[in-house]
Amino acid sequence: MINFLKYQRLYFIISLAMISAGLFSIFTHGYKNSIDFTGGTILEYQISNQLDVRGLSERLGAKNLNVIEEEVVGKKLTLKFETLNSQQEKVVLGELKKDAGDVTILRAETVGATLGKETIVKTFTAAIVAILVILIYLTVSFKSVNFAAAAIVALVHDLLVMVGGYSIVSYFFGAELNTLFVTAILTTMSFSVHDTIVIFDKIREYRRSKSEDVVLSANRAVTETIIRSVNNSMTIVFMLLALILFGGSTIRFFIVALLIGTLTGTYSSPFVATPFLVWLENRKKNK
Amino acid sequence: MKYLWYIALTCLFILLVWIDLPENYRLKMTLGGRTVDTVLNPLSIDTNIYGWRLKKEFVTKYGLDLKGGSHLVFETDMSKLLSSDIPDALNSSKDIIERRINFFGVSEPLVQTIKAGDKYRIIVELPGVKDTDRAISLLGQTANLNFREQLVLNVPDAGTAAANRIYFSPDSKLKGADVKKATVTFDPNTGKPQVALSFSKKGTKIFADLTTKNLNKPIGIFLDNDILTAPTVQQSILDGNAVITGQYTTDEARQLAVAINSGALPVPIKLIEQRTIGPTLGAAEIQKSIYAGVIGLVAVALFMIVNYGRLGLIACAGLIIYGLLSLALFRLFSITLTLSGVAGFILSIGMAVDSNILIFERIKEERRKGRNLETAVRLGFGRAIDAIKDANFTTLLVAFILFNPLNWEFFPQLGLIKGFALTLAVGVLVSLFTGVVITKKLLQIFYKK
Repeated sequence: MINFLKYQRLYFIISLAMISAGLFSIFTHGYKNSIDFTGGTILEYQISNQLDVRGLSERLGAKNLNVIEEEVVGKKLTLKFETLNSQQEKVVLGELKKDAGDVTILRAETVGATLGKETIVKTFTAAIVAILVILIYLTVSFKSVNFAAAAIVALVHDLLVMVGGYSIVSYFFGAELNTLFVTAILTTMSFSVHDTIVIFDKIREYRRSKSEDVVLSANRAVTETIIRSVNNSMTIVFMLLALILFGGSTIRFFIVALLIGTLTGTYSSPFVATPFLVWLENRKKNK
Repeated sequence: MKYLWYIALTCLFILLVWIDLPENYRLKMTLGGRTVDTVLNPLSIDTNIYGWRLKKEFVTKYGLDLKGGSHLVFETDMSKLLSSDIPDALNSSKDIIERRINFFGVSEPLVQTIKAGDKYRIIVELPGVKDTDRAISLLGQTANLNFREQLVLNVPDAGTAAANRIYFSPDSKLKGADVKKATVTFDPNTGKPQVALSFSKKGTKIFADLTTKNLNKPIGIFLDNDILTAPTVQQSILDGNAVITGQYTTDEARQLAVAINSGALPVPIKLIEQRTIGPTLGAAEIQKSIYAGVIGLVAVALFMIVNYGRLGLIACAGLIIYGLLSLALFRLFSITLTLSGVAGFILSIGMAVDSNILIFERIKEERRKGRNLETAVRLGFGRAIDAIKDANFTTLLVAFILFNPLNWEFFPQLGLIKGFALTLAVGVLVSLFTGVVITKKLLQIFYKK
């Protein structure tokens, strides 16, 4: 048996550092917003010639079509505008055809600005309702508020790490804050609790059978489940890495978000949820 | 009893493979000197059982992001309506839009209405539509069609431009609702496209009066106060069938026919979101996702075998059944696969493995306590079930909220998120079944001292 709880301070510092770095990133530069939230138009084309993107932007700018962002990856050109109508989209296509050779429209998305805010509000509602229901379910299932509270603390920890981590990814790799990221957050929530329950289930079992000290139970539970936790995360990480490296580009950052979530979800169960549970249980005892 | 299980598992396996066969896949290979050349297709059923028709084709339904097509969101303007009239107006708008879509010959279009706060929206999905612009302009028309008589004014100065103008009466007795059908036909003499109208019973009568009264005069056909065309009446038409000839291209004629057919939307609508995915992008993404999925699966399988030896092998067998079963369920219930859905599915594979790992670690633990294999397997399963149950329940819960089956307006109502939630939920449920039931059977059959 390994005395995992001995290093509580270290875990606390690691978590604090991760969350602070993420929050710092959020407050200094935030996210690259996708049109899902800000509204706007994204046009993506397959082109056959090398293209002078700056020249194209200037020509479009002269026609009052301001390119906010442009990106060329291989033969794929992505242009971002404020909301365009279909007439304006045709103008863009016309300009592009002048020097890009064969042009195929891969994607054309236009979103009005109002939708984004609504999505954020709804997602928050969904997240809070999910947290509450999980809290109730765990309280009933474990017959203890402390177990449920500790699991939720780990969950909130994971959310913070994820939101912050994604902001860092956004800063360095240009990941966009979009509705898929929202999905990733909600998935991580369920994964995080999933992982915590496995450890708590063990602690509950030991305490029931031997009614031993919570510190001892917790250490034994973490020792016994850590291999399973790591193994399990590895399988998910394999899947996600395969998708990041070989999968399509449209969901790449969604998978990156899930990867951050999986890693922090695995970390938080033994190193955040368990110490917090022990603290809560000891506090109850000392009263 | 044991043989029954063998047979049952084998039958299940064959059935699943049959359902999951790729569509129209040409199989060409040489086997032992003989050349095999057939086209593979998944199972499709079409039989009568005691008069009850059973028809099911097991094919995968792909979402817009994979197949290509347009996703349009319209917002309705209900400001001029009483709140009690809103549901009716919304539904009839939906019906009219559906009718308009039918003119595009889109297969499996989707029209749904969504309420968000005090906003009412209509979501339209058009798989495979190429000309999105035309679709949008046709769907969005708040067309109010009517036929108007020429108005005879006292024109003061003959010979001026104003005198040559034709004026139409602002009122009209014949409305778009009186037209039964408008179709594009071709003039048998000139081969030019024209629009053929047939009127309803009431419309026939009004039209007969109108044409008799206005012989050799023009009749204005208006859409929302814009003149579409003003054909001159060449004879009085009594049977309710008329043609509008003019200098139309086939496309213009078809648009005119659609406009006349579609009647009027009861409320103005405005396009607020438009996402069009070209078919090439989707196809490439499917390819890459499948490729990535296979690589990930192989990595997971290797990992399990390295870590758990023979147990790992059994887990892999369970995993294969899991994959086949999930795909079969997607096809059975015609669940639409979107890109995020594929991600949800792949993620659930990770969770499926988790049940196995939980059980195997428990079995190992019991073995360390010196129990014999059979007892260890039994106890291991029993102990692991609690954790598996609690853990998967929370995942299902989140999937439920994301899927939002009752369309509660305070939760997300996005197709993208729904697709993900649905495949995740199916994945979790199937993984519970294979991870617990199937793996246990496999263990009992194949895992002996």
